[in-house]
Amino acid sequence: MILCTTIQLSGVMHMSFLKNMFKGGAAVPHRKNTESCETIKMGVPQKVVIPMLQHIGAPCEPTVKKGDTVKVGQIIGNSDKYISSPIHSSVSGVVTDVAPMLYPGGVYVTTVEIKTDGVQEVHESVKPPVYSNHSEFVNAIRQSGLVGLGGAGFPTHVKLSPPSDKKIDCLVINAAECEPYITADYREMVENPSGIVDGIKILIDMLGIKNVFIGVEDNKPEAIKLLKDITEANNSISVVKLKSRYPQGAEKMLIYSVTGRKVPPGKLPSDVGVIVMNVNSISFIAQYVKNGMPLIKKRVTVDGSAVQRPSNVEILIGTQLADVFEFCGGFKCEPRKVLMGGPMMGIAQYSLQTSVLKQTNALLAFDSTEAELPPESPCIRCGKCVEACPMNLLPLYINLNALKENHEELKKYNTNDCIECGSCSYVCPAKRHLVQSMRLAKAQLRQAAAKGGK
Amino acid sequence: MGNNLLVSSSPHLRSGDSTRRIMMDVVIALLPAAGAGVYFFGVRSALVIAVTILSCVVSEYLARKVMKREQTILDISAVVTGLLLALNLPPAIPFWIAAVGGFIAIVIVKQMFGGLGQNFMNPALAARVILLVSWAQQMTNWVSPGPDAVSSATPLALIKKGQEAVVGVALPSYLDLFIGKVGGSIGETSVLALLIGAAYLVYRKVITLEIPLAFICATAVFTWVFGGDSLFSGNFMYHILSGGLVLGAFFMATDYSTSPVTKKGKIIMGIGCGLLTAIIRLYANYPEGVSFAIILMNIAVPLIDRYTVPKSFGGEKAVA
Repeated sequence: MILCTTIQLSGVMHMSFLKNMFKGGAAVPHRKNTESCETIKMGVPQKVVIPMLQHIGAPCEPTVKKGDTVKVGQIIGNSDKYISSPIHSSVSGVVTDVAPMLYPGGVYVTTVEIKTDGVQEVHESVKPPVYSNHSEFVNAIRQSGLVGLGGAGFPTHVKLSPPSDKKIDCLVINAAECEPYITADYREMVENPSGIVDGIKILIDMLGIKNVFIGVEDNKPEAIKLLKDITEANNSISVVKLKSRYPQGAEKMLIYSVTGRKVPPGKLPSDVGVIVMNVNSISFIAQYVKNGMPLIKKRVTVDGSAVQRPSNVEILIGTQLADVFEFCGGFKCEPRKVLMGGPMMGIAQYSLQTSVLKQTNALLAFDSTEAELPPESPCIRCGKCVEACPMNLLPLYINLNALKENHEELKKYNTNDCIECGSCSYVCPAKRHLVQSMRLAKAQLRQAAAKGGK
Repeated sequence: MGNNLLVSSSPHLRSGDSTRRIMMDVVIALLPAAGAGVYFFGVRSALVIAVTILSCVVSEYLARKVMKREQTILDISAVVTGLLLALNLPPAIPFWIAAVGGFIAIVIVKQMFGGLGQNFMNPALAARVILLVSWAQQMTNWVSPGPDAVSSATPLALIKKGQEAVVGVALPSYLDLFIGKVGGSIGETSVLALLIGAAYLVYRKVITLEIPLAFICATAVFTWVFGGDSLFSGNFMYHILSGGLVLGAFFMATDYSTSPVTKKGKIIMGIGCGLLTAIIRLYANYPEGVSFAIILMNIAVPLIDRYTVPKSFGGEKAVA
């Protein structure tokens, strides 16, 4: 186990200042237009479409069929695999279809379509969880359907039960929110700081963690102040002011910035004694322990040049994108690109018939001037991508070898360590499609491995 | 609705940086040196600059046309090559040789190897060296600064002869060297003007300091240790301020296409350039070695890049 003196020191001080800064990254614009938009609740839509895959891991099998009546909080999809997370109905109504439908990731996934009745009758299974030890607690978290709400969607119960040989001494709350536009985490910090602290206390009790750090980028002074005030009496919780630099909120970069520990390639935060959780995930735990309502809604930042009324909206999971944009006053002009997630890592959507997922934190719609990117030109070897890569990779060489399908070289350049943060593509003066070729390269390596190739 | 949506890979946001903007920055950064050249060596220098730039741009246009490739003259890189070439030529160079230089740089060194970013040698320097070995007399016909433009020797030629004890002319002062009031190529003599331009490039983050500093320090250390009558007595300050060292270190060795991409690689490149420059200056037939040194190191760049692939984040050690 690696013990770090900086941690022991900062555990004593209430407010610790940033001691480490990851190398590279990009100075992306903030564009937090919605930071002062208080969360508004969107009502129940006519229908919801709930995909059976809203996490990293095994997809769920639907546990309802066409014609079934469902209630709010009822499990409609589950899996017996460990790395998976049950999916609950966000509405009461009648199942009208269970079929593969277009998924925000661009593929088809088994999806439960529910016609809502507007009553929102709560299912009888919804009651505060009873637990008395760690394993019962972890089981309750699994039942809640919680996955990492920062965007990745890693099942939380897996995160909370690291192998017994890995001693966790540090909980890092990810409140960096380094992507442009998105303010969904920020609003949680401003509107519900006590929920965040309650959630932290539950985890301190259940996991026996001594040090908790809340990492917030310094472009959110109000959130830092609120969290600082509310954690003042608690010696084990420190608020860490992070430099606003993309991708400060990337797990490995955040852990380094806050604790000085580096997660080795191919390893997990638990390998360096750390658990990282998003602010919204942590306050969900507090809410779930209080009232037992599983994860059925999400705060989403709706913004972008084509959106009439940029807002932070609390949305029932499964609500279709078209309904969300309509709720925000519709479009100012024809949207040319619609993103689920931020502009740096978000996924462009083919259709507005896809729906809000557990891990959705933003929906952005852009007009043609912002949607169309400048054309690619030859690499001039300026090395800006090398400077920007927080993972220390050489994106220009991976790009070159991906285009040549040179698998041996791709391995030599550590292609699989790429976190696809987009910093390289962002800074490239030649506008090379670097991240795109990283993905291509990874796919090539996967295919080569599947074929039993070298 | 929904069928007109553009789908592309993230990121969906790009910085305002562009290849043309970088090339413009290099042109801007070279203006003080070009201005100093015209001031010290007369209007003819301006004409040489015009001829090489024109030759480079026309060569690029024609080469792309003949190869049936997309036109690239608007990226300004040919202008940069032309300007750099002119600054590396003697003020009295016949115009036609200057024009041939532009053709060699663009067609033979740059476009024949695939164009921007693909050339393995610095086009301006490779052209200069080809001109030097082809028209040695015209390429070493130095004039002293001032309206009279009398034949002169460069400071390095003087110090080289000085070593062999045939001193007849006084060496110029450090101040003259710094300001540029000495014989030499159009753009290499004024260290002051070059440093102003270099500061601009660093400020604009077009270049980083690894290569120039390693280059200059390596030259200084080597000439200090071995450049004098006994060990550790060389006049390193004189070596730094004269010849093409400052121009080469900040503007030529930092050429993107022909320099390594990692910090470590850049330092290796700089040290290599510095040592080779000093060795050529002290022990070879030529008084000046910057061009040869950079070109030799250019050839080594793919090798340097290969052996300086960094470990991924967290791969070095677990705790900072």
